[in-house]
Amino acid sequence: MAGKGRGIAAFTFNIEALGLTRGSMPETQRGPTPLFPQIEYKPVPLKAGEDEDYMRALKQEMRGRMKDLPFNIKPHAGKGDWNRLPKELKPQKKIIRKKKDTTKNAKISSKDKEEVLNKLDELEKKGDVKSDEEDEAKGGKKEDEEEGEEEEIEGEYDEELEEENDYIANYFEDGDDYGGGSDDNMDEATY
Amino acid sequence: MTAQEVRLSGLLLQEHFGDVVEKVGTRLIRSGVLTLRALAYETKLPLDLVKKSLCVLMQHGMCLFGAGRRGPAGPVEYRIISERILHMLRYPRYIYTAKSLYGDTGELIVEEILQRGQMTMSSTVKTVADRLTHNMPEGQSMDYSEVVSAFSRLVETHFLQRCPPTASAGSSSSGAVNTPLPAVKQPTEPEEHPECYKLPYINLTGQGKRRRSSEDGEADQRAAKKAKTDDSECGDEGIYWQVNFQRFHLHFRDQAIISAVSCKLDQTSSEIVRTMLRMSEVTTPAHAAFTQALSANEIFRALPSSYNIARPILDQYLTLLVDDPMEFVGKTGDSGGGMYVVNLHRALANLARATLESVVQERFGSRSARIFRLLLRKRHLEQKQVEDFAMVPAKEAKDMLYTLLSENLVQLQEIPKTPDYAPSRTFYLYTVNQLPTARLLLQHCYKTVGNLIERRLYETKENKRLLEKSQRIEAILASLQATGAEAAQLTEVEEMITAPERQQLESLRHHINKLDSSENQVDETIFLLESYINSTQAAR
Repeated sequence: MAGKGRGIAAFTFNIEALGLTRGSMPETQRGPTPLFPQIEYKPVPLKAGEDEDYMRALKQEMRGRMKDLPFNIKPHAGKGDWNRLPKELKPQKKIIRKKKDTTKNAKISSKDKEEVLNKLDELEKKGDVKSDEEDEAKGGKKEDEEEGEEEEIEGEYDEELEEENDYIANYFEDGDDYGGGSDDNMDEATY
Repeated sequence: MTAQEVRLSGLLLQEHFGDVVEKVGTRLIRSGVLTLRALAYETKLPLDLVKKSLCVLMQHGMCLFGAGRRGPAGPVEYRIISERILHMLRYPRYIYTAKSLYGDTGELIVEEILQRGQMTMSSTVKTVADRLTHNMPEGQSMDYSEVVSAFSRLVETHFLQRCPPTASAGSSSSGAVNTPLPAVKQPTEPEEHPECYKLPYINLTGQGKRRRSSEDGEADQRAAKKAKTDDSECGDEGIYWQVNFQRFHLHFRDQAIISAVSCKLDQTSSEIVRTMLRMSEVTTPAHAAFTQALSANEIFRALPSSYNIARPILDQYLTLLVDDPMEFVGKTGDSGGGMYVVNLHRALANLARATLESVVQERFGSRSARIFRLLLRKRHLEQKQVEDFAMVPAKEAKDMLYTLLSENLVQLQEIPKTPDYAPSRTFYLYTVNQLPTARLLLQHCYKTVGNLIERRLYETKENKRLLEKSQRIEAILASLQATGAEAAQLTEVEEMITAPERQQLESLRHHINKLDSSENQVDETIFLLESYINSTQAAR
């Protein structure tokens, strides 16, 4: 690699062609570039006129107003402690079954674990398996990470009405296709 | 989309529509085309939230649906239109342009339609009239007919257009029976619809209603519900209008050209160019490289009356414009006193080049900028030639070139003398390619705006407690004033915020204003570079 020089640095190209001399090599990198590098030339100040102020005010107003419009969809908020309310009021989520993700399980705090265990106990009676990842998706800062929407209560009632038979619900496992995507044409054969 | 574009899109979606829509939108951008179930599975969100998010995105024209890969019998597939999300950064500019062209009424019309994505004419008119009435002094109200005329003017100049009709999954569209869903890869262009700019006949008379300030929120909802039920009475249900972003972009492009001419030459030349652009507004297609040829006679007649310059002076100005190295105006013939065109694509290229040069100058100094400009003009130069032409000492020229090289603004091109690429027998030439450098700078701009937004969110989060406290105190003050409290009580409440807290709030407000203003101004550069890059692609 060093060539014939035996300790003397020898480049494979003619240095003078690029205008370099031995003594004027640029310094080698000593690690990643700093996050906020020193700048030699101060940046040009912002344009500050009536137009710019007006557009900035428009932007800030719009930001505030968009938060109140119905287009701003909020994730499902908690609706109280399910231990104290009748169980039938708790809506069932249409859970899309997913693979167990062990990395996500490790992140659950102890508080979440208690809640999850409580919910698991309750849900065993209904025969559904609670998925931990739903909690993660909702942002685990809420006290009661519980789903609840009126549409889902109606959906829940539909499901219950369908199952007016002797079959015990938890003998059958709900497949991936159950409940979800009923609007689409079912193009996959169900076994 | 590039990584920076995806990041910026995510931040914009979150700011305008919340976390849920952001998750759905980002997943769709990353995965391309997805069905509803696949999308719900990948985002791990409940199905109803995913459905609502898709509805929001489609309402705003950011998402398209169509028959999927399995054909019309298969599930519907959804696709994001990425540039529409980035346009959200430019909303204040669109609204301000509408204000400068069509006054407050035009401003509110465009603002309402931008916020809601699509609206019918009647609901827009009613909402805008109500808002204008609210700001008018007591006793006056805005008549619907004025708003209708502002709306019509916006449509006539093509700033608003009808939303393209979409064949819904079940029913057939008005034109054809049993039309299969169009494949999601080819969205219908709104301009292909023949009635794109045709105003519907609506029977809408009345005036804006004034809201009592005490029932603000409920009246809003009631008014919104009422507007929905009243739609059917006006005769234009099903006809939705959206903002024509392309038209606004053409307007911005014209503005940029006119201000460049005004800076480089003088006010009169810019007026001449403005006249030429105005005359060819309707006749020039959107992606044309130059406007229609205009004769000097026509230009003379069309000049605004406030500029009475003599005919020979106009000819001199036109010759000056043609000879200018920026090549804004070109001469294409001699009939009618001389046929002139505005070179749109070349003007955009020159504006982009000026932007690049300015960036190099502000970041690396004027001598680096000289080297950069030299390389732009002379294409390929050796190290020695750079030093000679730029009149910069060898050592400093080397330094500057290597700095520019490490920032990827300058590239090294090898020209071998022998087939074995031996370094001692190879020419190494420095070069600058304008188009790739413009793309690089555009990505830097996207990253900059992303950083600005994140910093603003960070500042807001850090001072959340203080902001909430000040909002509470303002609410208390407002309610006290409404119920007529004494001055002593008011000052007592005001003193709940201490002086250092007040100072902190003031500095926070100052920071956030600066960050917001910066976003708007970086967007101007983004617009210029995007227009230039798109113009090169359209030419192919």
